[in-house]
Amino acid sequence: MKQLYYKPAFPPRPAFTIGDALILLGLAAILYGGIRLAFDAPSVVSGPEISLSPWALPWYALLSIGRMAIAFFLSLLFSLFYGYAAARNPGARKVLLPVLDVLQCVPILSFLPVVLLSLTAILPEQFASEISAIVLIFTSQAWNITFSYYQSLTTIPSELQEASDIFRFSSWLRFKELELPFAATGLIWNSMMSWAGGWFFLMAAEIFHVGSYDFRLPGLGSYLKTAAAQGDIMAVLAGTGVLILIIVLLDQFIWRPLLAWADKFKLEMVEGSAEPSSWFLDILYRSWLMDFFQRKMAPLNEWMDQTSREKEATHPAPVLSLNEKRPLWLLALLIIGLIAIVYGGFMAIAMMMTISINDWIELGIGILATLSRVFSSLLIAMLWTIPVGVAIGTNRRLAKLLQPLVQVVAAIPATALFPVLLLALLRVYGGLNIAAIALMLMGTQWYLLFNVIAGAAAIPQDLRFTADLLGLSVLDRWRNLIIPSIFPYIITGSITASCGAWNASVVAEYVEFGGKTYATTGIGATIARATDTGNYALLLAATLVMVISVILINQLFWQRLYYLAEERYRME
Amino acid sequence: MSAKTGIKSAEILLHLDLVCKGYGSGPKQFLAVKDISLDLKAGEFVSLLGPSGCGKSTLLRIVTGLNTATSGTVQYRGEALKGINPHATIVFQTFALFPWLTVEENVEIALKARGVPSSVRQERARKLIDIIGLDGFESAYPRELSSGMRQKVGFARALAVEPELLCLDEPFSALDILSAESLRGELMELWLNKSINSQAILMVTHNIEEAVLMADRIVVMGKDPGRIVSEIQVSLRHPRHRKDVSFQRLVDSVYAAVAGQTRPETESLGTAPGQPGATRRLPRALLNQLAGLVEKLSDEHGRADLYRIAGELSLELDDLLPIVEAGGLLGFLSVQEGDLLLALLGQTYAEASILARKEMLAGRVLRMPVIAWIYESLRRDENHRLAWEYFLDKLQADFGNRAEDQLDIAISWGRHAELFAYDDDTGELYLE
Repeated sequence: MKQLYYKPAFPPRPAFTIGDALILLGLAAILYGGIRLAFDAPSVVSGPEISLSPWALPWYALLSIGRMAIAFFLSLLFSLFYGYAAARNPGARKVLLPVLDVLQCVPILSFLPVVLLSLTAILPEQFASEISAIVLIFTSQAWNITFSYYQSLTTIPSELQEASDIFRFSSWLRFKELELPFAATGLIWNSMMSWAGGWFFLMAAEIFHVGSYDFRLPGLGSYLKTAAAQGDIMAVLAGTGVLILIIVLLDQFIWRPLLAWADKFKLEMVEGSAEPSSWFLDILYRSWLMDFFQRKMAPLNEWMDQTSREKEATHPAPVLSLNEKRPLWLLALLIIGLIAIVYGGFMAIAMMMTISINDWIELGIGILATLSRVFSSLLIAMLWTIPVGVAIGTNRRLAKLLQPLVQVVAAIPATALFPVLLLALLRVYGGLNIAAIALMLMGTQWYLLFNVIAGAAAIPQDLRFTADLLGLSVLDRWRNLIIPSIFPYIITGSITASCGAWNASVVAEYVEFGGKTYATTGIGATIARATDTGNYALLLAATLVMVISVILINQLFWQRLYYLAEERYRME
Repeated sequence: MSAKTGIKSAEILLHLDLVCKGYGSGPKQFLAVKDISLDLKAGEFVSLLGPSGCGKSTLLRIVTGLNTATSGTVQYRGEALKGINPHATIVFQTFALFPWLTVEENVEIALKARGVPSSVRQERARKLIDIIGLDGFESAYPRELSSGMRQKVGFARALAVEPELLCLDEPFSALDILSAESLRGELMELWLNKSINSQAILMVTHNIEEAVLMADRIVVMGKDPGRIVSEIQVSLRHPRHRKDVSFQRLVDSVYAAVAGQTRPETESLGTAPGQPGATRRLPRALLNQLAGLVEKLSDEHGRADLYRIAGELSLELDDLLPIVEAGGLLGFLSVQEGDLLLALLGQTYAEASILARKEMLAGRVLRMPVIAWIYESLRRDENHRLAWEYFLDKLQADFGNRAEDQLDIAISWGRHAELFAYDDDTGELYLE
C-alpha cells in the first residue's frame, strides 16, 4: 500500500536564512506588483450565467478537464526544466531549491484575489478568469512534481551515470534512456497527487464571488456551486456524479495503465511479487494500433538520436564548473532583479504602513482563529485516521477491500462538496465555523490516512510477532510499537494536511450563498473582505501575513518535528 | 601473451606521470592518490591491487576520463587526456545495466550512443551476445538474470564498442564464487585467443589470487595516501593453476607485499588530536573480531599463514587487514613475511578470563592517542559528559572528512573496553 504514501521533501536546512528573507521579500514584491495592477481593475465584474441543465454538464466537464490538462502540462514542462537546472547546475541550485522549498508551503489560494484582480486590469474579464484558474492550478501542481524530478535526478545511481558518461551518451539520449525512465515512477505518482490537488483549486477558482466581483468560468466547479446556491439537489447530484465518473475514468484509463507501464522502470533487481496491473494496458499491448504507432515512430526516434549526437559532437557541451566566469548580462540581470525585489518589497511595506492599528489587530486575531481551525481539523482527522489507518495497514484483507474505495473517495475535491455542506449547515448556529472546519477536514484527512496506512504497513512482521509473544496489552502495544513506528508518517502526513487546511480557509471563512454573505473571524475572511471592499493595502497585508505565518509554522514547528521523527524513529 | 613475449616494440598506450588526486583544499586536503607513475603497453594485462581506500578505483576513473587528476600527466597514445577517454570503456563492479532495457537493448545502447545505424547495431549486438553465451536471453530484462549473466551483459556492452583499453573495476567481486570463476576463465580465453579487439586490459581488484591468475603485471597499491608500493611481474604460463607450487609462492609474496604495507609500527602511534604531528588513525575493525582472530591464532599455536587464515575465516582481504592492523596496534600480534605471529600479550589475552580480558583491553586501548584524548577530556569535564559534536569538531583538524568515521570507531572501541559510553538519545559521550 506504499504507493499512495507521499513524502514532502525537505532539504537538510531547518534554520531560517537570509535566502528565506530574500524569498519572502520577493513574494512581497510580486504581490505588490499584482496589487498595483489591481487598482485598475473594473469595479464590477460579472461572469456568464451558469446553466444547470444536465445537457450542459458534458461540455462543462470538458472545459474543466481542459483547464486541468493545460495547467498540468505546463507544470510538467516547468518541472523538467527547473528540476534539471537545479540538479545539474550547482550555482543555480543554491537559488532554485530554497525558492521551491518556500513555494511548496505557501497557501496558494490566498493569492487568488490578487491574481484575479490584477489580470482583469490588463486582460478581458473572461480571459483573465481563465488564465487565473490555470495559473492557480499550475501553482498547486508544479512544486511536488519538480521536487520529485529533482530528487530522482540527484539519486540516479552513480554507476549508471558513469556508464552513460563512458559510452558518451548525448544529452538527449541520456534524458531518454536514463533520466526520464529513472524518474518515471516518481513523476507519475506525483502527477496523480497533483491532479487530485488540482481539482481542489479548480473548483475554488471557477467561481470566486465577493461583493460586486463575480468571477465565473463555465465548468464543473461553477456548476456545482451554482446548483448548491440555488438549492437544486438534482443538479448537485448530477454534477457530483459526473465528477466522480471523471475521476474514476482518469484512474482507469490514464493513471493505472501508466503505473503498470512504468513498473518496468523500477530499479530493483529482484522480481517483485505485487506488480501494479491494468486491464486497459493489457488491451493496449495486444492492440494492432499500438504496434503500428511504434513502428511508425521508430525512424523519428532514430533521427532524434542521430541529430542530437551530431550536434553535440560538433559543439561539445561545456563542462560546468563553479569557478566558471559568469557572463556580464547575467550579472546585470541579477542586479536588476535584486533591485526590483528590494524596491517592490519596500513599496509593499510602505503600502502596508497605511493600514490602521485596528486592522492589524484584526489580522492578528484572524491568524489565531484560522490557526486554531487548522489544528482542530488536524486533531479530528488524527482521531479517526490513526485507528482506521492502523487497522487497514496491518490487515492485508481489509487493505485489499478498502484501498480502491478510499482512493476514489479521496480524489473527490473537498471544494466540490463544500456548497452541499453549506446547504446543510448554514441554518445552524455557528454553522459557517463548523463548515469551515469540515471543509479543512475533508481536504486534509486523506493525506493523513494514507500516511498512517503506509506507516502501519511498514511495521516489521517480526516486531509484531514479538509483541504477540510478549503478550503486550493493547495499551502497551500502542505505546511501544505502533505509535513510535507510525510517528514519522503522522508527521509527514500532518505537514501536507496542514498546508491544505490553510488553503481551504480562504474559501471557507467567507461565503456568498443564496444571495447572502456569511463570514466568520479568520484570516481567510479578511482576505475576502478586503477584496470586496477594494481595500488593497489590507489585501496585501493579509495575504503576506498568512504566507509568512504558514512558512514560519512550517520552519519552526513541522520541520523540527520532521527531523526529530527521522532521527529517532527511523526503521533501519 | 605476456608483455615479454608480446609485440616486439610494444607501444605505450597509457602514460601516467606523478598523478595526484586530492579532495578539499588547504590543510584538510585529503589525497586519494599521490604521485602515481605508470605505463601500460599494448598487449598487457595489468592488475591494480590494494586494500579498499587505496584509490585504485579513483585511478581507474582518471584513466577513463570519468574523473580528472588534480596534478600530474595523463596521456593516452602520447596525447594529454581531455574529457572521456574515447578509446576506453569500463566493466563495472555492480554491472551498471539499465534495468528497463533488455539484454539486447543494453548492448545496443553503447553503439547507439556512437551513432551506429540501427541495422548494423542489431547484428553486432546479437553476435556479441552469442559470443558471451547468452543467446536466447536477448529479450530478457537484467532482473531476470543471475548476477553472473548480468556481468556477461556488462562485458558484451563494453566489448561492443571495441575499446582499445578495457578497464575492469572489480568485475567479479559481486558474483558468487562459481560464476566468478567461470567468467574469469571465459574472459581469459577471449583475451588469450585475441577474440576481442582490445589491446590492453587494466583490472582493479582486491582479490590477490584473481590478480595472480589473470594479470601479466600486478601493481600493488597502499593507502594513506593511495600510492604504488610495488610492481610484481607474473610470468607464469597460461592456463595458470591455483594448486601449483609456483602459483602459491607468488600469491604468498603478493600477500606479503600488500600486508606489509599495513604493518603497524608501535613507535608511530602519533600524537594526540590537536597536538602538532600526525595522529595515528584507528583501523576500521571491531574488537570482538580481533578477539576471534587472537583465539584462532592461539589454536594454531601462535603462527599462521595470512592467506590461508583469510580463507579459513572466509574473510576478504579488505576485511581481514584492518583487524590485523588493530591487533598490531594493540600489541597482540604482528605480521612477518605473510605470516601472522601471536605476541606474548596476545597469548595471555587468549587464555584470560572475561573479566581479565576487559581490563587488559582497557589498558591497551588507552594507548591509542585518539581514545586516550577522549577519555582524558571526559575525565576533566565536571559532569564527565561531552557532546559528540565536540569531539567531531576537534577531530576534523586531524582527519578532515574522515573524522566522523574515526569517532565512530573510537566510540566502538571505548564501549567495548568499557572506558566510556555513548548515549544516542542525547548524543553525548560519558564516563560510567
